[in-house]
Amino acid sequence: MKKLLVELKTSIVATLVIAVIVCGAYPVAVLAVAQGVFPEKANGSLIVANGTTVGASLLGQSFTQASYFHPRPSAAGTGYDATASGGSNLGPTSRKLVETVRDRVAQYRAENGLAPDALVPADAVTASASGLDPDISVKNALFQAARVAKARGWEKASVEELLRKHTQGRTFGLLGEPRVNVLQLNLALDALGRNGK
Amino acid sequence: MNISGWIQLALFTGVLLAVTKPMGLYLVQVLDANGTTFMDPVVKPLERFIYCLCGVNPAREQDWKQYALSLALFSLAGMLFTYAILRLQHLLPFNPRQLGALTPDLAFNTAASFTTNTNWQSYAGEATMSYFSQMVALTFHNFMSAAAGIAVAAVLVRGVARQGVQTLGNFWADIVRLTLYLLLPLSLVFALFLVSQGMIQNFHDFTTATPVEMKAGVDGAAPQVIAQGPMASQVAIKMIGTNGGGFTNANAAHPYENPTPLSNFLQMLSIFLIPSGLTYYLGRMVKNQRHGWTVWAAMALVFLAGVTVCWWAESAGNPRIAALGVDAADGNMEGKEVRFGIFNSALFATVTTDASCGAVNAMHDSFTPLGGLVPLVNIELGEIIFGGVGSGLYGMMVFIILTVFLAGLMVGRTPEYLGKKIESGEVKLAVLFVMAAVLSVLGFTGWACVTAWGQAGLANTGPHGFSEMLYAYSSGTGNNGSAFAGLTANTPWYNTTLGFAMLFGRFLMLLPLLPLAGSLARKKIVPVSGGTFPVHGVTFALLLVATIVIVGALTFFPALALGPIVEHFIMTGSAALY
Repeated sequence: MKKLLVELKTSIVATLVIAVIVCGAYPVAVLAVAQGVFPEKANGSLIVANGTTVGASLLGQSFTQASYFHPRPSAAGTGYDATASGGSNLGPTSRKLVETVRDRVAQYRAENGLAPDALVPADAVTASASGLDPDISVKNALFQAARVAKARGWEKASVEELLRKHTQGRTFGLLGEPRVNVLQLNLALDALGRNGK
Repeated sequence: MNISGWIQLALFTGVLLAVTKPMGLYLVQVLDANGTTFMDPVVKPLERFIYCLCGVNPAREQDWKQYALSLALFSLAGMLFTYAILRLQHLLPFNPRQLGALTPDLAFNTAASFTTNTNWQSYAGEATMSYFSQMVALTFHNFMSAAAGIAVAAVLVRGVARQGVQTLGNFWADIVRLTLYLLLPLSLVFALFLVSQGMIQNFHDFTTATPVEMKAGVDGAAPQVIAQGPMASQVAIKMIGTNGGGFTNANAAHPYENPTPLSNFLQMLSIFLIPSGLTYYLGRMVKNQRHGWTVWAAMALVFLAGVTVCWWAESAGNPRIAALGVDAADGNMEGKEVRFGIFNSALFATVTTDASCGAVNAMHDSFTPLGGLVPLVNIELGEIIFGGVGSGLYGMMVFIILTVFLAGLMVGRTPEYLGKKIESGEVKLAVLFVMAAVLSVLGFTGWACVTAWGQAGLANTGPHGFSEMLYAYSSGTGNNGSAFAGLTANTPWYNTTLGFAMLFGRFLMLLPLLPLAGSLARKKIVPVSGGTFPVHGVTFALLLVATIVIVGALTFFPALALGPIVEHFIMTGSAALY
């Protein structure tokens, strides 16, 4: 019995001592170095324009206007809610999944002036895992380029050129997938002004 | 399936192979109370100071009963510590969103979940947990459950390596050394790397952004509130310790929690780093390095088979979606991120369930039936393909004991493992280990199926709904923590039953191992003779894989047939929708 009490005391003391190290000193040390060396990233890669925070370069946000590239459908809250990340969690034989995708396909074709039997890029009509996916596929962006150019009264070529500049390849040519960051591309569109020059 | 994916798979496997030996050699030093490492000048004084504060003599070794008692009491203290913090969250600091206390059932479920290295989450991180709860209540177990798992694996290895002794090491020395020399330094470096990729680490309140369209005055555009917090310090150990509990609800799919393909690659690698090193540690300790590598190869074989099936299924996609005019060449992108694509989502899903990690970078619930079958089967095989830190190796050693037992039966000799006779006592304890998982998974799933509370939680119906329940109790019992996340598990019934499934899965499986280790340590080592069954080489590796697959298949095939398998045939062969 006495031995049990000694072990119990050791357990409690060890819990507290270890907590001070791994729950106190450790995160604070990471915080101190992170804030010192990578302050912009440690604070969320926020994009500030004219004193206003317009978003984070790593997080997607909603775009609905024809003059902007559109991000993927989002299941986070009512769409791109960065306090409620998550996917749709609809399974492959879900009626809701099939009906939702059918509507999105029709909308995507209509918005971008595609033929009624045109194949639509999968990422354009499916919800991402996080609901905050900042990227779209290159194929998806190319389908949208004509619409964006028309809405802005630009040459399609100047939109496509900007798109090429904002296309990220695989890391080291190896890892991940090629992609386009929607928010950064749209900010670049706005930065170019009225005629795209 | 494309060339790029094959190259990434070869690179991943190659790097894993390359880090195995250095990690194994380092583990040998860390798991020896008298071991030396390059960090001794800095860390040794701290180590001594902790022993002094706790009143522990690291040189005094324990027998299996004392070791088990220390482990059980330490786990209990930690679980109560976490429960108390979660229940008192509203009174504690670092809570800028003024989040309230967790309900008793959710606090119990979460405390059980993190204590058992499961990290099942019935809650959404950013909407439920204060920064203090994340950093203290949860991160504590990310370290300690990992250290305890590795300690038990080391005890079992010592049981095989030693002879004619009662003692197996000192629990306190093991966990303190594992924390100070292994987990903490690795986490520090990895956390800073993750911040360099874009992961957040701050104590700020949530940021309110004015999105571009709102600034432009578009009707209906609303502010975007962005969750913040001390994420990197927690995520680093979440991967290295194969815990898997996300800082945010979307876990490693959230762009802050896994910003780039490079962070993704290293997060996957960090899951396998210690488990892979432990196979080398095993070989080194039992003085049979070929045995260590054979175990590694058996694991790699099942791993590669799993990745290939999952990747193929997700690339093939969902014919129902293709029929709507969606490009079939893109594969199944529902619930996946563009920067990871099909291949890295399939690889992550396989890695996280081969190990007992449970972090996800894609939503398993939206995988195709066969794509989702792979993670489910991985969990049900016992997460021994590299496996959780420590739990992977000790689970694998149970299967090794079963394998040599079966081989002994086939040739009519007394089975032995590395010179230790395997007798009825050892086999009974090994079978107890396997049976505990089976009873918990199938028992709880069956119960949930026939009750109103079980069905009420489903997001999908039909066979997929059954898969959601089967996955939940497999993940809980297997201490994985990933989910078919459509399931609404934050109800008193689910929280309580899953809480017990996690506790059964950890302690009913871990505790039989300690008497097993004790019994092995007492035995004399029989010299190798012509009749000794070799535990290295291709024959043994294949026999081991076959044992794992047969035990797993016989146990879970009927349940899998009702879930993902039938759903696959419905998806490809009919028009039925649920």
